[in-house]
Amino acid sequence: MVTRTTPLVVTALLVVALPAAGAAPPLPAGVSAVLYELAVPPGTEPTPEKVALGDKLFNDKRLSVNDAVSCATCHDASKAFVDQKPLPDGVAAPKERPQRNSPTVVNAMFNATQFWDGRAPTLEEQAKLPILNPIEMGQKAPEDVVAKVRRIPEYAAAFPKIFGHEATYDDITAAIATFERTQYAGDAPFDRYVAGDEKAIDAAAKRGWLIFNGKGRCSDCHAFSTVSPLFSDQKFHNIGIAAHKTDFIDLARKAAGMVRGGDLKQVDELAIQTHFSELGRFLVTKQANDIGAFKTPGLRNVAVTAPYMHDGSLATLWDVMDHYNKGGVPNPNLDGGMQRLGLTEAEIDDMVAFMQALTSARFAGLAKQTMARQRARKNVRPERDTAAATGRKGHLGDLAPPPDPAKPAAMGVLVVGGTSYEQAR
Amino acid sequence: MSKPARSIETRHHEERDAFFAGLRRMSRRSFLRLAGLSAGLAMAKRLVPPHSFQLVEVAGAAETGKLPFTFAYISDTHLYPARLNDRFVRAILKAVDDVNSLDPPPDFVLFGGDLAQLGQREELDLGHEILKGVKVPVRMMVGEHDWFFDMGEHWRALFGPEQYSFDYKGVHFVTLMSVQEKDFWTERGMTPMQRMQTVAGLDNGLQSRFEVGAAGREWLTKDLEKVDKKTPVVVFSHSPLYKYYRPWNFWTEDAEDVQAILRPFEHVTVLHGHTHQLLTNRIDNIYFHGMLSTAWPWPYAPEGLPKLTIQQNRADPFDQFDGCGDGSVELTESGLANALYNLWDRNPVTVRASYLASSGAQDAPPRTKLPSY
Repeated sequence: MVTRTTPLVVTALLVVALPAAGAAPPLPAGVSAVLYELAVPPGTEPTPEKVALGDKLFNDKRLSVNDAVSCATCHDASKAFVDQKPLPDGVAAPKERPQRNSPTVVNAMFNATQFWDGRAPTLEEQAKLPILNPIEMGQKAPEDVVAKVRRIPEYAAAFPKIFGHEATYDDITAAIATFERTQYAGDAPFDRYVAGDEKAIDAAAKRGWLIFNGKGRCSDCHAFSTVSPLFSDQKFHNIGIAAHKTDFIDLARKAAGMVRGGDLKQVDELAIQTHFSELGRFLVTKQANDIGAFKTPGLRNVAVTAPYMHDGSLATLWDVMDHYNKGGVPNPNLDGGMQRLGLTEAEIDDMVAFMQALTSARFAGLAKQTMARQRARKNVRPERDTAAATGRKGHLGDLAPPPDPAKPAAMGVLVVGGTSYEQAR
Repeated sequence: MSKPARSIETRHHEERDAFFAGLRRMSRRSFLRLAGLSAGLAMAKRLVPPHSFQLVEVAGAAETGKLPFTFAYISDTHLYPARLNDRFVRAILKAVDDVNSLDPPPDFVLFGGDLAQLGQREELDLGHEILKGVKVPVRMMVGEHDWFFDMGEHWRALFGPEQYSFDYKGVHFVTLMSVQEKDFWTERGMTPMQRMQTVAGLDNGLQSRFEVGAAGREWLTKDLEKVDKKTPVVVFSHSPLYKYYRPWNFWTEDAEDVQAILRPFEHVTVLHGHTHQLLTNRIDNIYFHGMLSTAWPWPYAPEGLPKLTIQQNRADPFDQFDGCGDGSVELTESGLANALYNLWDRNPVTVRASYLASSGAQDAPPRTKLPSY
């Protein structure tokens, strides 16, 4: 017995003695240590030199074919790493624009897959594609990018120092990914609220949190837990956005022939450059149940990342709520979770207040500007269809009962100062 | 003066017209496909009397075609009137749209039973109207939810005999009425609705177990007499033709007797409804595939699950389509069947004949990593 247990004890001591791979730095509230460890696999830990190199590459327009576009062109750090445009500017703008709205880099490290359709598994693989897309950064081949970077003196010095050899395409995207792995954000009023500070969010946001978990059905896809506090189920759903302008079946038939056996590069070009973009996840999986399905984005800092949806077609959070309130746009592939919600205007305002409470402290100032802009056009409501939302027309499902703030336990919702379901039992 | 009373029929027709008007509005606004569907329905609706609409006979093509071919299925739609439950109406419309968009189109569509929830005329009529939107011929099977209100009277008026066979492209198809029950209602003095609700209740001790019955077995024996033993046989039955779980009537009481009648044939495939889940079984020469429901998925029974079954995990309760769907069956040149489960909000699963033939050793479909439900 002694001979068996001794090695185990030694192993245990070693584990304690050595710093664990991917050990998290001190993380703010709302950023999960569990997810951090998954998002920073061994070998990708940020070092100051690698982060600085990635930051420089991220902001360097010379990575593009015509020295006009950098990663930061569409993921602007001063705008919470988005561009505040429906569709981004690439090297071919304004003649041709990429067909997908720029998602934020903030917390992108925690995404199970990258891009709106999840076609890249990691930040490194993600970074490779826009550089080579003909209308994003326009480079023809990885070799061209590598040759160009090696000719730039400061990079010629930095890469051997950090990677031990001259720059490769993998190194370039690894450095960019390392920089992106520093862009996590929690520390929102909501995080202080769930930590016990009842005054951290106002009454409207608290009502919004109840609606979020109940009548609004939001939490089914925008899932929140303390282990995965992203407000995303990391899955793909057709919520009818693409049906605004596309005949899916016709597109899917054509696409099935075109993309069968297509490689990642081909999928990237279809997604970014063509009207097949609207097929979403289908381009990646070729499964009919993914037609028009796009990734559930996380909701943190949603107040500063307008416009919304994969095509940037919804300008404000009120538009987003109107879209869901009427049950999305009917189409043959609409997700089974979509149904009309019957939210009143006051409840929609509460939902917007709740979403604002997900803004990290570092973006609070930015949120003041962006929400002022949104509020200014609050009465322009192209998506509003009250008759559909309240069940006076259409066949879009049964309405949930309105939430009762007096009995949150009945809904199983965590309410600070109230009674959670677990406590109620 | 009070308003003149309107008959039930008048109200029914008014409601139905409003329903189809609603369909057309939706299609104009959003997508062409449903427009085609509802136009087809409206056209079909003008055919009077209702019985003059006959589903096209597929047997006519029997001499010309050969294996392989594919047919699709829609099953267990459990329709209520749309005003009570429009979710299930949405689901069957989605299924009709699915089978119509298959490319190449299936040779025919099997309806797997339980069109209605409580055997009401209104429910069966609604399903009848909606199934007119299927572009290829439809083969109907009856389920207990269609039957036990009026003992099949209205179903037969709409769809014809509940038990029949046909030959198609070298395959002998048999549709069995496998949800007969012994009379439990007369001595209890039950009304038709009480009888229907007892059967629909599934999990109760009152009703008897499903069976094909002596008359059905005799009919089957006779029907198969003239069929060569090498001819592939495909049997449609609403209940599984084996004994899975008695308390829920996932069960056919005389299953062994029916299997004995089918045993002399080289290849027999049974496609059944009722269980609303991915379900696979093999008993000697007989391969069984359960059909998906469009309405809801059942959890697996606590015991008796055939071991070849690739199990589903728990469906998302927020997502009305999760765990539901429709499917298709490909009859291969060897006369064996590959079953495709077209799960609406999940990846499709194909259960190949070779998987059953090898007792699970080959071509196993991917299994979910999540716990079964």
